[in-house]
Amino acid sequence: MLAFLIKRSANAIFVMLSVSFIAFMIFRFVGDPVELMLNEQATQEQRDELRTRLGLDQTFIAQYGTFVVNAAQGDFGISFRNQQDVLAMIAERFPATFELVIVATIISLVVGIPMGVITAIRRQTWYAETMQFTSIIGVSLPSFVVGIGLILIFSVWLGWFPAFGRGDTVQIGWWSTGLLTHSGRMSIILPALSLSLFQITLVMRLVRAEMLEVLRSDFIKFARARGVPARILHFRHALRNCLMPVVTMTAMQIGGLIAFALVTETVFQWPGMGLLFIQAVTFVDVPIMAAYLCIVALIFVLLNTIVDITYAMIDPRLRGAEK
Amino acid sequence: MIITSGRKVAFSVGVVAALLGSSAIAETIKWGAPRDIVSLDPYSYGDSYTINFLNHIYEGLVRYNRDLEIEPALATEWEIVSPTTWRFKLREGVTFHDGAAFTAEDVLASLERVSDDSSPLKGNLPAYKSATVVDDHTIDIELTGAYPLLLNDLTNIHIFDKDWLVANNAEKPTDVSAGVEGYATFNTNGTGPFKLESRTPEAQTILVNYEGWWDEPAHNLTRIEFQPIASAATRVAALLSGEVDFVDSAPVQDLPRLEAAPNVSVLERTDLRTVMLGFNRRDELVGGGENPMNDLRVRQAMQMAVDMELIHDKVMRGKSRNAGTLVAPSIPGYSEALDTPAEYNPEKAKELLAEAGYPDGFAFDFVCTNESYVNEEQFCQAIASMWSRVGLSPKLDIGPTAKQTPKRANGQADVYTIGWATLPMLDTYSILVQMLHTKEGNSGVFNWGGWSYPELDKLTQSASVELDRDTRLQMETDALEIARNELIMMPLHQQPMAWAISSDIGDMPQFPDNKPRMWYVTK
Repeated sequence: MLAFLIKRSANAIFVMLSVSFIAFMIFRFVGDPVELMLNEQATQEQRDELRTRLGLDQTFIAQYGTFVVNAAQGDFGISFRNQQDVLAMIAERFPATFELVIVATIISLVVGIPMGVITAIRRQTWYAETMQFTSIIGVSLPSFVVGIGLILIFSVWLGWFPAFGRGDTVQIGWWSTGLLTHSGRMSIILPALSLSLFQITLVMRLVRAEMLEVLRSDFIKFARARGVPARILHFRHALRNCLMPVVTMTAMQIGGLIAFALVTETVFQWPGMGLLFIQAVTFVDVPIMAAYLCIVALIFVLLNTIVDITYAMIDPRLRGAEK
Repeated sequence: MIITSGRKVAFSVGVVAALLGSSAIAETIKWGAPRDIVSLDPYSYGDSYTINFLNHIYEGLVRYNRDLEIEPALATEWEIVSPTTWRFKLREGVTFHDGAAFTAEDVLASLERVSDDSSPLKGNLPAYKSATVVDDHTIDIELTGAYPLLLNDLTNIHIFDKDWLVANNAEKPTDVSAGVEGYATFNTNGTGPFKLESRTPEAQTILVNYEGWWDEPAHNLTRIEFQPIASAATRVAALLSGEVDFVDSAPVQDLPRLEAAPNVSVLERTDLRTVMLGFNRRDELVGGGENPMNDLRVRQAMQMAVDMELIHDKVMRGKSRNAGTLVAPSIPGYSEALDTPAEYNPEKAKELLAEAGYPDGFAFDFVCTNESYVNEEQFCQAIASMWSRVGLSPKLDIGPTAKQTPKRANGQADVYTIGWATLPMLDTYSILVQMLHTKEGNSGVFNWGGWSYPELDKLTQSASVELDRDTRLQMETDALEIARNELIMMPLHQQPMAWAISSDIGDMPQFPDNKPRMWYVTK
């Protein structure tokens, strides 16, 4: 088991190094931060000087090396544009993204599981077919279109929810939460809904497939023969057996949602990490882009590693497969 | 009149206060901006949007009035003692937001800070050499040479409190390369009409009225809530739903819908920014081969092939102003005589090309961005197709600014777009020295095509040390004439700008430099 853990950790470090290397490769093609940092009046000499001070005139390998050595010590430098500590900026925005993702996940489970069950046990009815059909639309609409649509209906026409922002927040230690104030709760609904749309469909289809699978199994047939009522049969026996893969998938998807929240955050001006990243790209703010990509990669790697280790603990055969 | 009840007294005081429009009534303006300011430190990043926002908190020695003319602010008067020395008398009785008194020491500390080697704003005060405190309210500014545009530069140099800088170890600007945060990035202490209440980057920055401001307020605002909303559609929705009162960047395509809304009005005008095309003037084209664009006839042909009327009507929806010269009408140095747009004549364009030896045209790179200027992508496509019609083969290359700028700056573009508003200087000299002058030393930083016109350079250099305003402006106009005759740049138009406000805002002056100035706003 120890050997397995060491192997997994080495694997994770290798992934992180690769991600940061590829990210650094990409930055060379994003543009030139110096052109944006100085304004119209700056002279060529001042531009060159700034380039030298930022180390942008060094070779690619030297720049990457410096970055890795600093990043390993948790130092990502300060932003070119905001001149704030990059790690602090990301930490400040992480709660907003995390709350958005968690609320979206809860919505997707609360809506997706019942829909999955209904479409499984009431096949061929008109409403199950309608749900199936609308779920396809939900998957195919790009999230910015969904976001703008929600804003148009619920903010402009009905005036129920705010169109942008996070409302009032409360500080709890370093964590800022919007869930404790009325305006914060109102603000999170639309972006979370827009982010969860894709997820709802995913959960629904997974639950439906698993349900159909379980309903065909022998123990359900026996239970039915014993005269167990349909409701108990469906929800006690069948659904319980479906939830394990749903939980696993949800955990795996959280990383994805954190990464893909950036479109939703841009539409709703949600002050999370994704919005920070998008604006960093606009201004070629290399320190922020590098740190963000590394942190998102780290979240993915951690989630995957945890899942792998858990599985390996449950099933010793998987450890052997690693060799 | 005998008043018996306390309530009545309170009631009538309230009425009187309301009638007098006293500041007892809270007037909040919610500002929905296309982007956040980068920092609270005006010397941190060469970004005029940030500098303008911070002008609500900090002030310069001089400022622009409603007509964009320079007027006294923290300095009350000035004189030119010698060609290289200016003496400023400073306003007495001004206090910073923390109560500290404003003196010449503060001006000295601020000028030193902005001119520090690590300051990205060094270029905003190019002629500065040193400053000497004469007494508490007099300061001498020493320049590197005779320089007529010092006042223009000083409008954008915000004044800090020296003691505050020293106490917080912020005498030097934040140096990004050192990787250490600075105090002024998160805190402010200015003399301006508003003071900072709180800031959450990318979410909200709140300013409140500063009661101790030295000037008579023309505004009646007690609070400004500045909220960036990057997505244009969301910004418009927030205005329509009443969540913001003011947006300083309304998309051209949404204007009809905003005008139709009952609770919103649109403010439109053309910007000072003149959008133009530049030509590669090196010996070879980017793709190799001899460069035809060094022939004036070719450049003229390229100009005649473009139907600016059509672009004005169809692409810019009638909101732009076609230009014949490189600066907008309100910029000093502008001359109406030069401002007739070129004629559209595709037949003559073909003739000129044939005459120059290119009857079948030639291929070249045409570099545009998709976001720098209003509807840039569309007008670039239109121009490219107009050129194709006279036999030229432009290769249109569109991408984000950050990606395209290095190409243009490094001579990797045959034809490119560039806009110039002469900000923050507001004078023709800015475009002459930065763009039209030969690229040498500190001049011609934006001379991306590599041209050189000694006569124009001479006029520019003479203007830079000419202290008599009329003589100087004549020189600048003459230089613009050379630029027009030689077709160094091909002017397109002054781009439109649009703000939208909710109908309960009383007065909101719109400035051609596209900078909102809330100290003139009433609600």
